[in-house]
Amino acid sequence: MNPQKPMRRRPWALGVVIFLGLILSGGGYAAATQTFEAEFGSPEQVEEGRKLFLANCASCHGTNGEGAIGGPSLIGVGAASVDFQVGTGRMPGQASGPQLYKKPVQFTEEQIAAMAAYVASLAPGPAIPPEEYLRTDGDPTHGGELFRINCAMCHNAVGAGGALTEGKFAPALDGVTEKHIYEAMVTGPQNMPVFNDANLTPEDKKDIITYLKYVEENGSVGGFELGSIGPVAEGLFTWIFGLGFIIAITVWLGAKAN
Amino acid sequence: MSSVTEPTTAVGKTADYLDDRLSLGTVIKQFGRKVFPDHWSFMLGEVALWSFVVVVLSGTFLTFFYEPSMAHTYYDGSYAPLKGAEMTVAYASSLDISFDIRGGLIMRQIHHWGALIFVAASGLHMLRVFFTGAFRKPRELNWVIGFLLFLMGMGAGFTGYSLPDDLLSGNGLRIIDGMIKGIPVIGPAVSSGFFGGEFPGTEVIPRLYSLHIMILPALIIALLAAHLLLLVIHMHTHYPGPGRRDDNVVGYPLMPVYVAKAGGFFFLVFGVIAAISALFTINPIWNYGPYDPSPVSAGTQPDWYIGWLDGALRLAPGGLDVAIFGYVIPMGVMLPIIVSLVFLVLVAVYPFIEAWVTGDKRDHHVLDRPRNAPTRTAIGAAGVTFYAVLWAGASTDLIAIFFQMSLNHVLTAMQVLLVIGPVIAYWVTKRACLALQRKDREIALHGRETGRVVRLPHGEYIEVHEPVDKYELWKLVDFKDYEPIMPRPNKKGKITVGTKLRSAISKIYFEDRIAPVSKAEYELAHADHAPAIEERAKRKPKQLKKKL
Amino acid sequence: MSEVQKYDSGSATNIERPISDPGIEPHRVRMTDKSEKHAKTAERQISFMFLVSIVGAIIAVWGFVAFPIVGGDLSATRNNAFWMGIGMALSLLGIGFGAVHWAKTLMPDNEVSESRHPARSSDEARAKAIEIVKLADGESGFTRRKLIRRTLYGALAFFPIPAVVIFGDLGPQVGDTLKHTMWRAGTRLTKDPTGIPIKASEVTIGSVFHVIPEGLKDLEEHKLEEKAKAAVLLVRVNPGELKEDPEKANWSYDGIVAYSKICTHVGCPVALYEQHTHHLLCPCHQSTFDLADHCKVVFGPAARPLPQLPIAVDDEGYLVAQSDFLEPIGPSFWDIRK
Repeated sequence: MNPQKPMRRRPWALGVVIFLGLILSGGGYAAATQTFEAEFGSPEQVEEGRKLFLANCASCHGTNGEGAIGGPSLIGVGAASVDFQVGTGRMPGQASGPQLYKKPVQFTEEQIAAMAAYVASLAPGPAIPPEEYLRTDGDPTHGGELFRINCAMCHNAVGAGGALTEGKFAPALDGVTEKHIYEAMVTGPQNMPVFNDANLTPEDKKDIITYLKYVEENGSVGGFELGSIGPVAEGLFTWIFGLGFIIAITVWLGAKAN
Repeated sequence: MSSVTEPTTAVGKTADYLDDRLSLGTVIKQFGRKVFPDHWSFMLGEVALWSFVVVVLSGTFLTFFYEPSMAHTYYDGSYAPLKGAEMTVAYASSLDISFDIRGGLIMRQIHHWGALIFVAASGLHMLRVFFTGAFRKPRELNWVIGFLLFLMGMGAGFTGYSLPDDLLSGNGLRIIDGMIKGIPVIGPAVSSGFFGGEFPGTEVIPRLYSLHIMILPALIIALLAAHLLLLVIHMHTHYPGPGRRDDNVVGYPLMPVYVAKAGGFFFLVFGVIAAISALFTINPIWNYGPYDPSPVSAGTQPDWYIGWLDGALRLAPGGLDVAIFGYVIPMGVMLPIIVSLVFLVLVAVYPFIEAWVTGDKRDHHVLDRPRNAPTRTAIGAAGVTFYAVLWAGASTDLIAIFFQMSLNHVLTAMQVLLVIGPVIAYWVTKRACLALQRKDREIALHGRETGRVVRLPHGEYIEVHEPVDKYELWKLVDFKDYEPIMPRPNKKGKITVGTKLRSAISKIYFEDRIAPVSKAEYELAHADHAPAIEERAKRKPKQLKKKL
Repeated sequence: MSEVQKYDSGSATNIERPISDPGIEPHRVRMTDKSEKHAKTAERQISFMFLVSIVGAIIAVWGFVAFPIVGGDLSATRNNAFWMGIGMALSLLGIGFGAVHWAKTLMPDNEVSESRHPARSSDEARAKAIEIVKLADGESGFTRRKLIRRTLYGALAFFPIPAVVIFGDLGPQVGDTLKHTMWRAGTRLTKDPTGIPIKASEVTIGSVFHVIPEGLKDLEEHKLEEKAKAAVLLVRVNPGELKEDPEKANWSYDGIVAYSKICTHVGCPVALYEQHTHHLLCPCHQSTFDLADHCKVVFGPAARPLPQLPIAVDDEGYLVAQSDFLEPIGPSFWDIRK
């Protein structure tokens, strides 16, 4: 037998090994934790959601979503509720108080979808709305009429927000995505009533969204809007800036010139 | 055969033509050099006057385009979210003015901002008149006329903003209807008369229009004419100061100074209103939609000058229906009505109350600095606080969301504040006025502190006070001073209840008082000062020598 | 002037002041009085402002002409309002600032004094006036002829009465309009504004439906007047949470209750429903009603609970009213209980 020549290490060999190692481990990991865009509600997604749920939600909502001291039962609330609450940052809830506030969103889109799929799997409930009802090509006139009858009393005629009792409130609606508006209507978060599809059909909801987005995108023809909260802002402006400026002029007028 | 020289220039000929027919020469002789005092606080009434002119001019434009009809129509204008919506012609024409008629929106905004400023300036003017005592004889009647003007202004504003028949103002009308219905015995009948039947009916907008463009402006113009006529007859008041007495008026002549200043001021007020209207939205009726009894917007408030009445409705305690033989009087409605009426009556008759308390029947043309009438100023502060709490009470829901508080807590806090606020305001203001008077007294007697310390030959350190000059001194001591009235028996030897009451109120007014510095006190204070101090006070301070 | 001192000074004190009135302060000379250069600068400033005004007026006219409003284009409306407003503001402010600056800097600012005349007429004028009035009275016989005077007062008192009575047709008699609404036995509850009837099964727990009676949508006349009385809120509450008076137990259906939407305070729509507290809040004056307890008032100025509409389900499953409200809806009034 010939004595083996010692293996000559090529300088670039190490690089290749590391590169291959990264590809394999990274790819392997990605393959193991791939997202489930292909199918919502697949067993993998639900399981992923369940893990996230146990880590972040179960302490208040119970290990099986049945409810506990900190939070109500989530059985039957549907994917839409989770997508809304977590997607607007309201959940995970923080300090106790009359109402939840929007906070920075803590989860990625995939994680929210997974948790939504998990909660949806507990019992039937409102689903995440299909794309066709989230476009803004509905009828803004009909939407405006429905908004004023069903929503304006809490949210104000153009969605600037309003007060409820005991420290609760209906938040302002500008900047809220079409999807979240739909989901809020269909799930009735906190003290907001539920507007099921018999009350406001999906077409109705689309019209309302169209109306809200029209108002949001087109500023007022009259100029700066002073918050769209009506005569109170206008009265304050009159006294502070209107009279204020005019009185400044009167002081100048009455003062002796230099 | 006249010895009058014929005019040759164009101006001369015109003047000659007019004077031949209008006694222009006499008018200019009489009024041309009339003197008006110059202080910025005297211009508040002018702000009200000029903003009223702005409102009338812009309103006239609007009358050519607005249609006061409650007939039903479908909107076909530029604003997409209302296209095809069912509404009244009044609302549709208001939308057309706002979106589809050039110049319509700017004139509508000028009209509404102008109206808000008109009522605000009237209110501030009333406060100035109150706190300076300008309502005293001979101006008591002018105060009442001005008070009526303020009410008419509120009425004109309310009828005006209800004309577009939008959801916000329509709910305001609904509230008025609820209040009218609650009036005992005649309520439902008056409601039917006002609305021409059941609410909302088809008559109320045209009727409000008639009130808004004809009846109320006519009343305002008539009252304004009387108000200004009395101003010319009585001449304007002036603040105390050197040369200013009750038998003269110190200021500048009408021509040319006041014509320029007051005339220029009209353009300035109009210009500010126009600038605000170009930049800021007011009353965006397109956001509210047409009036319908079913929808309502969060944050439903009236224009600011009606706010105190809405606040009264919110702050009234609940559950107060009173039944008499099976007939119901809703005190939740009647209590605010009664309280506001009492408040208004007190405001209207205040000059007569004060005249009764002081017994002073002289003419007053020199104003009071507010500190020199501590009780009046304190009463005014209490009244303003009462009004302001009611006004703030109209925005309880907005306060709650803005400051993240409970609506219920805000309301309860305001109910408490309504009662204790005026009391605290009275007490604090009175003490502040008395303290300021004491300070004035101190300055009159001893001059102003200069901060320069002087060492006297025998070792004492004193601070040099700079005596005020005679002009400043006069201003500090020239104010009216009253004592409490002792109750005196009348001709029959009896002390009547009226006399006792007057004496008691007079005591409240004048028991705590700071008298003006008397001649004797002044001379005594100055005798104290060694001539050396006065000499040293006149010297320039020594320059510090630099050590190099 | 002695005329002024004629009056009683009441409780005013009469303390002698340290000095007497020193007269008007000496005039302080302005730069524009002293220096021709400053005066010329002021003149230029004033003229400049008047020129700015002219430019402003031109901008306003341009604003009108340059932005014709072609249907649906909101930016043209905005531009029109903005440019006309700014142009008008400049045009007005230019004149105003120019005129006032002129008065302040170039017109004399020496304060002068003018005597006042008391409002009270002179004694001779008063005497003459009294003489005239007495003469007129004597010549007319007003005081002397009692019969004429008294019947005149009577006539003057009566003549305005037709002017008041003539307004009698401002509105019809109230009758019992305030005590009845459009609801009848069997009227279906329908959605506002579409008029689509509502099935009991559609009203899930936590829902609120805004309701009008069937037929209201298609009324040709008096639509809003009927709506102002007939508007109703339809809510389903967990039957276990619903407190019910035994007499009204059959007014609800399986936790579904219907109440008048018109506030019993002053008539606004009580529309805010809080799902979990089951409170109804009126946005106008914050009257709060507990829907699970006969809508009794729990906060705010209202004095009466919201009237309940008795409902049932017809054989197709649609919700119907059993009858009209059993008490008047809306604000309380004088004969509401009669």
